[in-house]
Amino acid sequence: MENQKQRQAAYLRRSLFDQGYIDDQFIHLEELQDDANPNFVEEVVNLFYTDSARLIRNIELALENGPYDFTRLDNMMYQFKGSSSSIGARRVKRQCCQFQEYCNAKNIEGCKNTFQGVKQEYNTLKTKLEAYFQMAREGSHYV
Amino acid sequence: MMENSKTTAGFSSPRSDNFPAGLRVLVVDDDPTWLKILEKMLKKCSYEVTVCGLAREALNLLRERKDGFDIVISDVNMPDMDGFKLLEHVGLEMDLPVIMMSVDGETSRVMKGVQHGACDYLLKPIRMKELRNIWQHVLRKRMHEARDIGNHEMDQFDEVWMLNGTELLSGKKRKDFDNEKEISDSRCVDSSSMKKARVVWTVDLHQKFVKAVNQIGFDKAGPKKILDLMGVPWLTRENVASHLQKYRLYLTRLQKENEVKASFCGMKHPNVSSKENSPQYPVDVCADVINDKCSGVSGDKAIVQNGKANIYESKVKGVVSMPVAEPRSVVGDNFGSKTSLSDSFALINTDVKSLNVPTPYCFTGEAPQPQYKQDFKPRFPSCTQPTCSLNFVPSHEVRDRVSSKENKPSFFKSRSGVGKLSALEAIQPVSHQINFHALEQIPSTTWSMTSQNVDQNLVNGLQSSPGNLTLGSGSVVASLGEDASIQGECFPAYYGLRNIQQFDYSDPQTISGVPTCLYDTLRFDYEYPNDSLEGIVLDQGLFIV
Repeated sequence: MENQKQRQAAYLRRSLFDQGYIDDQFIHLEELQDDANPNFVEEVVNLFYTDSARLIRNIELALENGPYDFTRLDNMMYQFKGSSSSIGARRVKRQCCQFQEYCNAKNIEGCKNTFQGVKQEYNTLKTKLEAYFQMAREGSHYV
Repeated sequence: MMENSKTTAGFSSPRSDNFPAGLRVLVVDDDPTWLKILEKMLKKCSYEVTVCGLAREALNLLRERKDGFDIVISDVNMPDMDGFKLLEHVGLEMDLPVIMMSVDGETSRVMKGVQHGACDYLLKPIRMKELRNIWQHVLRKRMHEARDIGNHEMDQFDEVWMLNGTELLSGKKRKDFDNEKEISDSRCVDSSSMKKARVVWTVDLHQKFVKAVNQIGFDKAGPKKILDLMGVPWLTRENVASHLQKYRLYLTRLQKENEVKASFCGMKHPNVSSKENSPQYPVDVCADVINDKCSGVSGDKAIVQNGKANIYESKVKGVVSMPVAEPRSVVGDNFGSKTSLSDSFALINTDVKSLNVPTPYCFTGEAPQPQYKQDFKPRFPSCTQPTCSLNFVPSHEVRDRVSSKENKPSFFKSRSGVGKLSALEAIQPVSHQINFHALEQIPSTTWSMTSQNVDQNLVNGLQSSPGNLTLGSGSVVASLGEDASIQGECFPAYYGLRNIQQFDYSDPQTISGVPTCLYDTLRFDYEYPNDSLEGIVLDQGLFIV
């Protein structure tokens, strides 16, 4: 017997997939969730955002002033991308790839611009996921 | 998996009759999110999981809990040590199967993994079914060990493996079978013969080994002769044989490396000095050198003329496990450094990575070209890596077999099939394969809380230090949390799972700094004329071949 919150949660979740914010790694995480870890997905997402904040920060710092070490930037982004893949952050990953291409091309402006995109997607996803988890939690209280 | 008594009798792990359930897995990954996910996945496979955030920590753990693990899964990109290096160490010291993981499925990297002895190479994101199968590597290795008895002509082994778990042995026997114990082509192998005691190749033991080899002459040295000369009563010919094989591989690789180095001479970096007691990591220097001077070269080439600058290690294969007779000088490790963990972690993260990840797209014709160049694909066009598990034939077989069932690049064939590894044939041109040995020299602050501990351990001898469990990853994680919260951007919920309980340490103690440093700096060839910052000197001369 679904309640409205549950429906909304389901809707949010659906839209996250439809709009390409997340991919099936997210589903994979959901499949790992069980009685032993009933909030596994949310925990993983929280962990990701907590941990990746420093990665973002490091890249930001590296982009602040020249001389720019593109290899280093690329490596940092590589690491961040790897981390993003853990929760299936599809759009974020795409931005990461683009960033890396600019590193490859040694185009610092491209890097900087794309990095704004990375952060934007990163934060948007965070907001949406927070809303989703919140809704799902509230929905489950009525079960 | 378990039902067929024919196939499973005698294969059970000593720890559990439900093999593969209870398989003891050590997971090493610097990304806490992945670590958590992998832990959960492995637990779902009914494995016994231990997680680790740092490579050195993992090595410590492995050394302390001898025979405490069945298999190691490690990410390729680690801040404190190159994953490939870890792979080598583990293979050599503990002789455990190691699975590599990476986000990047570049052929060259995968190949590197295989060459370093990875028994499999998984691409992230990793799926449950890939992890469910890892027990096969454990089984395979044990069976291989059981059969690897005295004969270093490994190419005589036949391919055996079945992947569906119902039939674990092929019908083929080894042709040149030297062993008294009859290992028939039946399905049942005595578990005692499968799980031989692991020999710990101590500094001392290895020294004897090398001495014996040199006495006989490297080319003429066979396990029996070596064993006789060594005069170690409890050592078996099998032990020597497998050690010899690894030693040969190591030397071959070294030789290749030296060749390539010769073509890059003049890259001495004057700033690199083991005596420097600065928080600046030598790794960083190396990165600068490489970036400046090898712009056309793949990042994989840690080709820096080493000479006296002992920051850059050679590949340490065939070296020893931890019990150390005397303390060693640890070159470049800033034992005395008091930088905080979080600082060093951040630093490492930013600086070291530049060495860690190969940049194949930079690879130009300036460097010696490997045969498989055409396999190179630029890294970027497809950023979403398809999830594919590359199931490799175990490293022994890859190296040693004459023919391959599977479709392998031709270079494998060129190196396999010969019992004696002659100097140049065994290893793929090294240009892609050189590790960033400099990563070894990441100051121990990343995984050591105090220099005191380090000191203590150095003096005591590593093996005897009880309970040197490293909570490095826990602490690092904790400090990450601090960092993260300072940023102000992160999630308010600092997720509780990151406390130390996450790691299955039964006996939490302060972090021991030492063993891996010591281990890592032991080499076959380089001398360490410099003292460590603590003034502890180890006799590197032990390893001069």
